[in-house]
Amino acid sequence: MDVRQKIIQRAVLEIKDGMNVNLGIGIPTLLANEIPPSINVLLQSENGLLGIGPYPTPAEVDPDLINAGKETVTAVPGAAFFDSAESFAMIRGGHIDLAILGGMEVSETGDLANWMIPGKMVKGMGGAMDLVNGAKKVVVVMEHVNKHGESKVKQICTLPLTGKNVVHCLITDLAVFEFTSSGMVLIELVDGATLEEVQEKTEASFTVSPQLLIHQ
Amino acid sequence: MSKINESFESAIQEIQDGATIIVGGFGLSGIPEKSILALRDKGVKDLTIISNNCGVDDWGLGLLLANKQIKKMISSYVGENKIFEQQFLSGELEVELVPQGTLAERIRAGGAGIPGFYTATGVGTKIAEGKEHKEFDGKMYILERGITADFALVKAWKADTLGNLVYRKTARNFNPLAAMAGKVTIAEVEEIVEPGELQPDQIHTPSIFVQRLLQGNGYEKRIERKTVQVEKGDFSWT
Repeated sequence: MDVRQKIIQRAVLEIKDGMNVNLGIGIPTLLANEIPPSINVLLQSENGLLGIGPYPTPAEVDPDLINAGKETVTAVPGAAFFDSAESFAMIRGGHIDLAILGGMEVSETGDLANWMIPGKMVKGMGGAMDLVNGAKKVVVVMEHVNKHGESKVKQICTLPLTGKNVVHCLITDLAVFEFTSSGMVLIELVDGATLEEVQEKTEASFTVSPQLLIHQ
Repeated sequence: MSKINESFESAIQEIQDGATIIVGGFGLSGIPEKSILALRDKGVKDLTIISNNCGVDDWGLGLLLANKQIKKMISSYVGENKIFEQQFLSGELEVELVPQGTLAERIRAGGAGIPGFYTATGVGTKIAEGKEHKEFDGKMYILERGITADFALVKAWKADTLGNLVYRKTARNFNPLAAMAGKVTIAEVEEIVEPGELQPDQIHTPSIFVQRLLQGNGYEKRIERKTVQVEKGDFSWT
């Protein structure tokens, strides 16, 4: 299975019936297609929509209805529109149940870096810093290693932080970790990964949960 | 005295070199496209612009960048614009990046007469450097300042002749906040109706926040990423 598909299949299990969810740009947005029909959630878009619907048909395209990725979308029945301050009141006020974001690096203390690489053009953090500090649960999805095979799960982030001690759960193509007061805990091995492989490809220190789940 | 201006040229005539302007919109959605064109034609320089984004190379605030009219941008995300990158790297353009929620709240607070507020957003990051930190109930926060500006340019869907505004769908975004925070707020709309035709319960921006009003014709409303469904119920965007 494709690396991204492995991450998506595991991450979608975090989305529970009745939740209000914000999906970041990148892998997280691909999750929307995988939510089972039996699970009813409202997807929030930080530009002012609670209840994102599918892409429009060509006849439905409306320049006044876009998502945070600036793409044309629709609104589901029961959706609401609001201004940017109210949108971030939802986010910063702890009303969003779950935020799923992409990552460049995650540290063993739950720090997240995902907005800039020094020396490269800075595009801006958008709403990421607000989301990681405000959502009830922050899940980061990313590939376990970079294209050079180096671990993205670090002792300390080397890139500028998006948030410090903000990640609750990290899902990679190899493993799922939880961040607790006593540190980073491996709780699942994803799709055939072994403990040895995860240990070898993880720079961060972590403990292994006694209830470690292994998916074959 | 009527707030209705006949031309965009006259509506923006007071905007001079060095002005600070808050501009509504998210991406290209809900931007005051006619007022921006008038500013481009007027050619005023050394502007400080507060806006979530900075348009694209050939539309929206990107037009003012291309014309070298902007000295400083205060934004949360500016990644859609190559001219922006060139001017930033050459040092011509000063940039202050602000988390989107902090930017929205700074504008809202400024318009509401609140000079500062504490937020957890940015704690432990570069954004927090040099800012006052304060602990509330065991959690750390940083002080952020309210923003006001000499002018605000906003785009709404409908107005009545008094300047009550109604926005449409996600084109609302930063516009109601901008309207509150401008010392002079210039609102452009697609349709102006008589007082009483807009339901008081449905007004998003009360007329008190609007000083000048114009109806624009032939809105382009460019779309940055036109996405349509391949299959029914298709949600994924790449």
